[in-house]
Amino acid sequence: MPDNTLSARDLSSGYGERMIFQGLNLQIPAGRITAIVGANACGKSTLLRTMSRLIAPKAGQVLLDGKSIHAMSPRHLARTLGLLPQSPIAPEGITVADLVGRGRHPHQGFLSRWTARDDQAVAEALQATGTQDLAERAVDELSGGQRQRVWIAMALAQQTDLLLLDEPTTYLDICHQVEVLDLLVDLNRARATTVVMVLHDLNLAARYADHLVAMRAGSIDAVGPPDQVLTRDMVRRVFGLDSMVISDPASGRPLMLPLGRHGVAQPAARSA
Amino acid sequence: MTLQTTLTRLQTARHRRRSAHARAVAGLSAALALAFLITLCVGQSVTPPGDVLRVLAGIDVPGASFTVGQLRLPRVVLAVLSGLSFGLGGAAFQVMLRNPLASPDIIGINAGASAAAVFAIVTLSLGAPWVAIMAVVAGLAVAAAIFGLSFGDGISGGRLILVGIGVSAMLDSAIAFLLAQAPAWDLQQAMRWLTGSLNGATLDQALWPALALATCGSLLIGQRRGLEMLRLGEDTAAALGTDVARTRLIVILTAVGIIAVATAITGPIAFVAFLSGPIAARIVGPRGSVLIPAALVGALLVLAGDFAGQFLLPGRYPVGVVTGAIGAPYLIFLIIRANKTGAT
Amino acid sequence: MTRTRSQGFWLGATLLTLAALCVLSVMVGTRHVGADDILAALAGHADTIGQAAVATRIPRTVLAVMAGAALGLAGAIMQGVTRNPLADPGILGVNMGASLAVVIGIAWFSMSTLAAYVWVAILGAAAAAILVYAIGSMGRGGATPLKLALSGAATSVALSSMVIAVVLPRNDIAGGVRSWQIGGVGGATFAGIAQVAPFLAVGLMLAIPTARRLNMLALGEDLARGLGESPAVARGLAAVSAILLCGATTAICGPIGFVGLVVPHLCRLLFGVDHRWLLPLSALTGACLLLGADTLGRILIRPSELPVGIVTALIGAPFFIWIVRRQRIASL
Repeated sequence: MPDNTLSARDLSSGYGERMIFQGLNLQIPAGRITAIVGANACGKSTLLRTMSRLIAPKAGQVLLDGKSIHAMSPRHLARTLGLLPQSPIAPEGITVADLVGRGRHPHQGFLSRWTARDDQAVAEALQATGTQDLAERAVDELSGGQRQRVWIAMALAQQTDLLLLDEPTTYLDICHQVEVLDLLVDLNRARATTVVMVLHDLNLAARYADHLVAMRAGSIDAVGPPDQVLTRDMVRRVFGLDSMVISDPASGRPLMLPLGRHGVAQPAARSA
Repeated sequence: MTLQTTLTRLQTARHRRRSAHARAVAGLSAALALAFLITLCVGQSVTPPGDVLRVLAGIDVPGASFTVGQLRLPRVVLAVLSGLSFGLGGAAFQVMLRNPLASPDIIGINAGASAAAVFAIVTLSLGAPWVAIMAVVAGLAVAAAIFGLSFGDGISGGRLILVGIGVSAMLDSAIAFLLAQAPAWDLQQAMRWLTGSLNGATLDQALWPALALATCGSLLIGQRRGLEMLRLGEDTAAALGTDVARTRLIVILTAVGIIAVATAITGPIAFVAFLSGPIAARIVGPRGSVLIPAALVGALLVLAGDFAGQFLLPGRYPVGVVTGAIGAPYLIFLIIRANKTGAT
Repeated sequence: MTRTRSQGFWLGATLLTLAALCVLSVMVGTRHVGADDILAALAGHADTIGQAAVATRIPRTVLAVMAGAALGLAGAIMQGVTRNPLADPGILGVNMGASLAVVIGIAWFSMSTLAAYVWVAILGAAAAAILVYAIGSMGRGGATPLKLALSGAATSVALSSMVIAVVLPRNDIAGGVRSWQIGGVGGATFAGIAQVAPFLAVGLMLAIPTARRLNMLALGEDLARGLGESPAVARGLAAVSAILLCGATTAICGPIGFVGLVVPHLCRLLFGVDHRWLLPLSALTGACLLLGADTLGRILIRPSELPVGIVTALIGAPFFIWIVRRQRIASL
């Protein structure tokens, strides 16, 4: 029985000549929600893309249950590990049902036709994301929030034990951000899916993730539960920002309040 | 809504989609068969369909055997084969690069095959098989060059199209030079060939495109599911278990193969590779693969274009001029639409 | 200050190169001619075959310099106006517009004089430029390099198939059109040059006041407006100038691609982005390039000649690809 642990071992990756990170080690806890945070261009997306095989590593390995994912057949891997890229492309005019149905690709053989199980998986994915009423609408006509739910539905139809998402909340307004994150927690609770996501918003990450990975300039700065990782020191190291970290009255999780030079009672010192 | 109702709705919608696709393909096939028959019947004179069928069955019909069997049949067969090749190959490129403008006639692959064919015909005076082989090799070399040159951090579709435009500009001037160097080759004939023409078609020429379609064409159609996944973007396709590099490689090799062979025989019939995919997509809608419909549309375009060029217009024009005249405004329309939606 | 001094240095260097190329262009040709014949020809004699050959090289050299300068200048202006590194009369389909207009003029209206060609070519160039720019600037993001290049390429393909449709049924004119189309300065005469010179002069006059305005436009339309510039006026002036320059050049030489693309890039690399230097230096460098390409075309495949349009395409296309690769256009 595979327990679906994903880990990076001495992983180095980058684009062309440019190295983004080197010798990185990371263990993703199975069945939990992990959020990767960090400043722009710290390598968080590259890490996610390398761990989902979109980029071949320069050195080291990504292991899924002890086996290198780069040695597996793509289709085989896609039955266990799903990924939602940052800005996926919807073909012009495609309907929601059709798009979500594409998630069944890894489960279909070279010649095998669409089966009742595929229908079932698509229906469940639509139901779980609350997009069943949109099924016959064209994806291009949907709002940003609806569209993102449809993409997540596609990833759900893939029925993988692990789901990696690259900034699933970008371009969404706050209400839809919360909606999408709630959906991911539902999924994690209902199916014990391991969720790994890159998130921009530190506070939402602390609110929704069980496990935080803070990255700084191509290396991992801190790993652990939010209340251990999200500290004033971490924010200063990773984002170069003075802040105040309090306990979120709504959740009991840590909440970071940025301190700039203006608009606060105790302004940050003007940096030399 | 319960899961069960969602499920039933999905199933009915899927059946509807699938049968609509099948209907579109059947309709296009019927139209092609009809066009095939009509173009065999009608020419300078009209031959009754019964006589045409008898000639096709190999029965000697005085008066019809020559016109239909010797004059019209080779032309029509070659039109269908080249149309299938251009339509299929063009649509494969457009789907793979997710851009209707990335068709082989715009990104320089046709120009590569043409340059090699002109070199083989005009400068080396080679025969048909060698022309075809050189066209295929050159088409592949140009494709390799374009893809190689546009490779940076992964292939960007936009850069590929731009590089292709540059490469075709260079090849066009090479073709112009080859033609300028060969005064012996009749200029009219050269221009006719460069727009694509079915003049002087013979049945044994049909062997090459037929072989290419049977091998490369069927391999290409075998990739249609992978191609459909690529429409979601490389990242999503890879995340869903598509071997992106492999799919691309097979599609490029096979699509260039059929297009180059067809180009070597008929010349680069203007805009057929570019037009077929979008027209087919209009007909079948966004449901299922566009490859087979596009091939059928390509064949229809070449058949109809050649017929119009020969008999419907004042003066006789090669098929490429007719398809070019239809294609040019459509191309501009497509760019306008793509720009409006910001799809480029 | 050092920048100005180095620009002054480059200006001198370019002028010297141009002078050297002019000398070379008169001396070198498909036929070898001795020094005394060249001197005699320059003095106005055309008694021997050698002298006659050299005598044809003189107007040819003059035309190459004028055409090259016009194309280089037009390219620099177009790139400035569209703020687009890929703008070039060839890529943007302007040359093809001029071609189609001239071909229609020859085929349907029996035009045969250069004076008529010039007007028609300018009209065609203007129509194509407006069409391509209008198509390319629709939609989100305005006229991005990719959109403009695509609409240009598409329009070129469309126009060239129309050219073929016009020429094909006309056996009588096909040869003439073809040789005009390949592009060249080979058949230059002073009488012909005199026909287009006024158009080029007007284009040049209009180009001079655009330099400062292009510097403003380079900051973006909004900022230019904020600095008191009227983008519409600046654009219109620049566009008329560029169209006059390349339309007139195309009328006499046929479509010559890539000079307008390569030259401004080279100049920006060497001299910086100030249009007050960039425009004159582009004109000079364009003259050098076209003259050099023409001279090269004469000796590359002796005893016959490579038309200059083919030489520039063979040099220019790889350059175009280099620019495309250098640009970070992942977002395309």
